[in-house]
Amino acid sequence: MEWLVSACFGIMIACGVYLVLRARTFPVILGLTLMGYAVNLFLFLTGRLHTNLPAIISENQARYTDPLPQGLVLTAIVIGFAMIAFVVVLSLKALGELDTDHVDGKQEAPPS
Amino acid sequence: MINHLIVGPLLLPLFMGTIIVLNANQPIFRLRILGLSSCLAILVITLVLLFQSVNGPIQTYVLGDWPAPFGIVMVVDRLSAMMLCITAFLALASLAYAARGTDLQGKNFHALFQFQLLGINGAFLTGDIFNLFVFFEIMLLSSYGLVLHGGGKLRTRAGMHYVLLNLVGSSIFLVGVGILYSVLGTLNMADLAVRMAQAPAENAALLKAAGLILFAVFALKAALLPLCFWLPAAYGFTSAPVAALFAVMTKVGVYVILRVYCLIFSDFAGVGAGLLNPWLLPAALITLAVGVAGVAGSRDLKRITAWLVIVSVGTLLAVIGTFERNAIAAAIVYLPHTTFMTGALFLLADLIGRQRPKAGSGLVPDRPVERPVLLGLLFLFAAVAIGGLPPLSGFFAKVTMLMMVQGSAGAPWIWGLVLGGGLLTLVALGRAGIIFFWKLLPADDSETGPEICRAPVPVHMPADLFPAALLCTSPLLVVFGGPITEFAFAAADHVINPVHYIEAVLGPDRSLPLLYPFGGE
Repeated sequence: MEWLVSACFGIMIACGVYLVLRARTFPVILGLTLMGYAVNLFLFLTGRLHTNLPAIISENQARYTDPLPQGLVLTAIVIGFAMIAFVVVLSLKALGELDTDHVDGKQEAPPS
Repeated sequence: MINHLIVGPLLLPLFMGTIIVLNANQPIFRLRILGLSSCLAILVITLVLLFQSVNGPIQTYVLGDWPAPFGIVMVVDRLSAMMLCITAFLALASLAYAARGTDLQGKNFHALFQFQLLGINGAFLTGDIFNLFVFFEIMLLSSYGLVLHGGGKLRTRAGMHYVLLNLVGSSIFLVGVGILYSVLGTLNMADLAVRMAQAPAENAALLKAAGLILFAVFALKAALLPLCFWLPAAYGFTSAPVAALFAVMTKVGVYVILRVYCLIFSDFAGVGAGLLNPWLLPAALITLAVGVAGVAGSRDLKRITAWLVIVSVGTLLAVIGTFERNAIAAAIVYLPHTTFMTGALFLLADLIGRQRPKAGSGLVPDRPVERPVLLGLLFLFAAVAIGGLPPLSGFFAKVTMLMMVQGSAGAPWIWGLVLGGGLLTLVALGRAGIIFFWKLLPADDSETGPEICRAPVPVHMPADLFPAALLCTSPLLVVFGGPITEFAFAAADHVINPVHYIEAVLGPDRSLPLLYPFGGE
């Protein structure tokens, strides 16, 4: 399971970095979203991998998972979601003002 | 007895910002009064905190009364009290300038300004590394709004880069924090320092990776090369009061680098000790060189000032990069000077640019400005202070820094680059001043070319000049140079030795693992 999870994380980050390096705002936003998901998964994993264990300490349960990463990831998800929403609006504004969806605001050459 | 003043710089802008959002449709003068009174109150609170910290111990505020490693603590030591004070003063002057008309260019300026203050103050106060992330995000989200305030193509384009870079930075920050938590099992910075000292060697690679990942994020915030190229466009194209306030935003990065790498990765940190020593000094020196090249090569006073922010960050981090107590103290002396003077220069650039219909703040001859003597003297004053000539504070701060780095291996490089950079800065600012005030087109020149892109904004000289003049605190920094230097050395004592911080946060005896890592006597 470690291999599967770490491969998931690695592939998501790799795809995210590739998309972030694209020149159009849409793939860049997709890349940021993907990186955000990967980072949230990573934060979740900092509590170690467990199956069938509650995140609550109780007398009936001898073992439990670390509840703090779940709290952290909740905060990170909320903030990340707000940021993505903002950057979507910003890129729409940029498209309206600059007449192009290039991240540098460059006009592309007309097709020959 | 808990000192409730400590959360004042957080709660006050939070509540005031909320009130301003709810009253967004009220006449603008009410919002201005609310915003300015909030800034004034924050300034008073931070001054009280500063005076308490001068002779007092490090104060902590335990939110919700959860004991330290588990709950979130706010920590006020001398350095953070000084940073709070600098922010509050700069915010007051910037907002006073914005209230002369900039705040009408778009909606919600005053609310965003308050939330911006909340984020900056939070980053200075917090003693918890995940909480630091949250305050960074508050700071960034409001700064996105402020950078784009007023709209326009150039701002949108520069803002786009700024936002995208910082979003990537936030993701990387979380990865670094995640690694630290998964290895050390805590997020409290003092507790992290204690556990770092006890960490087994098998975790060294992971911990060092986490430290360097975090450094990349802080370097982006502080605009350290190669992560500094977003800054000239973002600061150069945004509105002047916002740029002036942002003069302290890069210092947040500097502060956090100083805090994290002197606390968690300090000399006592076992496997993580001296993590940044090979990196910070060279990176900062190259930043300084590139910043000076940018200053010399820019064709617009706003861009020059934006590059000066990078120069100031490079200087500060080069001196801090020696990681010696005296050098850090000298950097603390330089910090208020450089922040206030770059802020003042942003406001002056805007005042000059608004009166020149063709060129704006560009280095091209144009019609004379109104009140050239007053404005010119203020510009001369700022240029002398920033360039580091006597009798103003830039000179004394730079001399202190150069004296204090003498013992370090990088001293020749620091000396050369700081002095050479000062000379080039003077040349660049002198050239700007000559073009602005002496190389004039005739005032009745009716031949207005097509390059006029906007009507000159009327300027009411004495009133508009006041905020910029307010920031010219340079003579005060000279007059009170003795006490400020003493304070800086006392502050550096607390910064360079993590024991004080840890004992203030976690209680006595918790710093013992740092001093005796192997359990010996």
